[in-house]
Amino acid sequence: MYRSHVLVCGGTGCTSSGSQQVIQALRNELKNQKLQDEVAVVKTGCHGLCEEGPIMVVYPEAVFYSRVRPEDIPEIVSEHLLKGRIVERLVYHDAQVPEGIRSINETAFYKKQHRVALRNCGVINPEEIDEYIGTGGYEALGKVLTEMTPDEVIQTILDSGLRGRGGAGFPTGMKWRFASGNRGNVQKYVCCNADEGDPGAFMDRSVLEGDPHVVLEAMAIAGYAIGASQGYIYVRAEYPIAVERLKIAIGQAREYGLLGKNIFGTGFDFDIDLRLGAGAFVCGEETALMTSIEGNRGEPRPRPPFPAVKGLFGCPTILNNVETWANIPQIILKGPKWFASMGTEKSKGTKVFALGGKINNTGLVEIPMGTTLRTVIEEIGGGIPNGKKFKAAQTGGPSGGCIPAEHIDIPIDYDNLISIGSMMGSGGLIVMDEDTCMVDIAKFFLQFTVDESCGKCTPCRVGTKRLLEILEKITDGKGTMEDLDKLEELCYYIKDNALCGLGQTAPNPVLSTLRYFKDEYIAHVKDKKCPAEVCKKLLTYKIDPAKCKGCTLCARNCPADAIAGNIKEPHIISVDKCIKCGTCLDKCRFGAIYKE
Amino acid sequence: MEKTKMVPFHGTKEQEANLLQAIAEMKDEKGSLMPIMQKAQDIYGYLPYEVQKIISEQMDIPMEKIYGVATFYSQFNLYPKGKYKISVCLGTACYVKGSGDIYNKLMEKLGIAGGECTSDGKFSLDACRCVGACGLAPVMMINEEVYGRLTVDEIDGILAKYE
Repeated sequence: MYRSHVLVCGGTGCTSSGSQQVIQALRNELKNQKLQDEVAVVKTGCHGLCEEGPIMVVYPEAVFYSRVRPEDIPEIVSEHLLKGRIVERLVYHDAQVPEGIRSINETAFYKKQHRVALRNCGVINPEEIDEYIGTGGYEALGKVLTEMTPDEVIQTILDSGLRGRGGAGFPTGMKWRFASGNRGNVQKYVCCNADEGDPGAFMDRSVLEGDPHVVLEAMAIAGYAIGASQGYIYVRAEYPIAVERLKIAIGQAREYGLLGKNIFGTGFDFDIDLRLGAGAFVCGEETALMTSIEGNRGEPRPRPPFPAVKGLFGCPTILNNVETWANIPQIILKGPKWFASMGTEKSKGTKVFALGGKINNTGLVEIPMGTTLRTVIEEIGGGIPNGKKFKAAQTGGPSGGCIPAEHIDIPIDYDNLISIGSMMGSGGLIVMDEDTCMVDIAKFFLQFTVDESCGKCTPCRVGTKRLLEILEKITDGKGTMEDLDKLEELCYYIKDNALCGLGQTAPNPVLSTLRYFKDEYIAHVKDKKCPAEVCKKLLTYKIDPAKCKGCTLCARNCPADAIAGNIKEPHIISVDKCIKCGTCLDKCRFGAIYKE
Repeated sequence: MEKTKMVPFHGTKEQEANLLQAIAEMKDEKGSLMPIMQKAQDIYGYLPYEVQKIISEQMDIPMEKIYGVATFYSQFNLYPKGKYKISVCLGTACYVKGSGDIYNKLMEKLGIAGGECTSDGKFSLDACRCVGACGLAPVMMINEEVYGRLTVDEIDGILAKYE
């Protein structure tokens, strides 16, 4: 028995900020002070508050230390772990956490969250199957195999109201039912979509890193429900830690007889293999993903036939997203009513969001469906840094849209987001403030889509390219009002005619910014100005003669020789020669250079 | 546009033996072409014509299919990368926090465009889509090392460490 447990986050965010070194230092110091038999060090998955990493939580008190460095370790060990005196200077505090609150569960960031999919993330050691089993892991699989018929399993998932967490929100139980016919007579497959390509979204990665067994257990449950014996997890190769932990988890589950032949002695066989992606966003689309597992270029194909009828290797297949899988064992154990008691009428349960961009608490949050965007941004997220004003939140990544300030009180669920022109997406939630140019953001997403379009169908391959060209024309200050109409017309054309989800949703960032921020487009076109001062070609750099000391630093650094002036006299920037590189602004020590 | 810089192929017998063994082990699994190509890239660092040819012959898959797969996925490289691979995250979270400026600064500093390698083979530069360290935005990676909460002014100092 250990008297204290120290949990250190080993997720990608904290690993990047040095948690491995912290763990090493901690182990060494515990040995030095001969506490290694009294205090256990646990490397966990993501705690969510990546901004404050590396994160350390000391139990039983649940004291929450943030931005811990290896140099801090001797103090933590000799003060807190030996003498029981909390190291106040390292305890997480922000503007919203009153002094005196030390427990992780009382902070504003965690208080309003409700963890279902992330329940084990940051709590257990993901590389130890026993810890997963210790929190009720694989009980759901046991229950399903020994007490339930496959149809009862599907009915339970249907009753829970669970909808796919990958973006489109299709009812999970329905998908399973479609694939359930002819059990035992045909080869079927269960797939996990872990190709989290939406830039700025990392909830699936955190589940895989923090609780890999939950995905394996859920896939085995689905295998039983539809009558499949083989599963594949298609995971991004950009997630090395997740891949490693999945490999460990699969190995341990096989060793314990929880994957493989004759699971729990019930005669049910199920095994899982990993397939690594190779960097293609379109492979997050289900038909493209399966084509890629088959070893081909990951191009989508028309549906129907749906994967439930003809999927991987031509066999009936179900494919769910990581977060969807992470909900399944809890639904089986606690019942569909429990799950359906959370959320809104048509969107049940919770949703994990990756909160990023211009927000104080960057990280991962799980909230009941129906929570308002205001709660997420102002309370959990701690508001916008530097006293700036909230402009919009972007959800759904390159397929989604922007939610402007006027809709900040909307309860977040699938249908509400669609009704205001955005979408749930996989859960990226990027906050933008007044310094973000919405035309530039639309352009950014279109660049992404143009890069990632697989090229199979013309509306997407050529259409998105034309959209991007028009946007570039506008941000270069050459746009006309007719361009805005053309932009909209082309958007609807692509939406109606593209082959797969990637193409059909690619115009969304343009349409939603046009809908809510048309004045910004018009400012670019008519006034040739970028209100957020982002679009370089529309900016002019100027020198304030009252502040300029004539030190000549800017003139010496200007690559275009665009700045003239005598020493100790105010300088002037020649608008014709200026290439708007911003070097002078960075170099000026007197704040005399400004852009407008 | 394809880069036409030709780099002579310097594969060793040992690398070839490793590849042949990997192919022999995985060949009969369903859909094993991509895992084999990933393994080949682990062994050689990139997938030149000569390596694709070995895979094609051993697996009895036509070259055009192998080339098609290699060029479809951004992680397969037909040309070698630099000794130090720099990738700047241009994911949304990093982008709104200014990673575009970091990327431009690196291009200017190294004198190469994205996807290229400096002529001494030292640095190659790529944009990547989200390494998932959004809490540290803006982020870049040099080989396995992650640099977070970056500012443009830090670039010179960081590159100097590798000179």
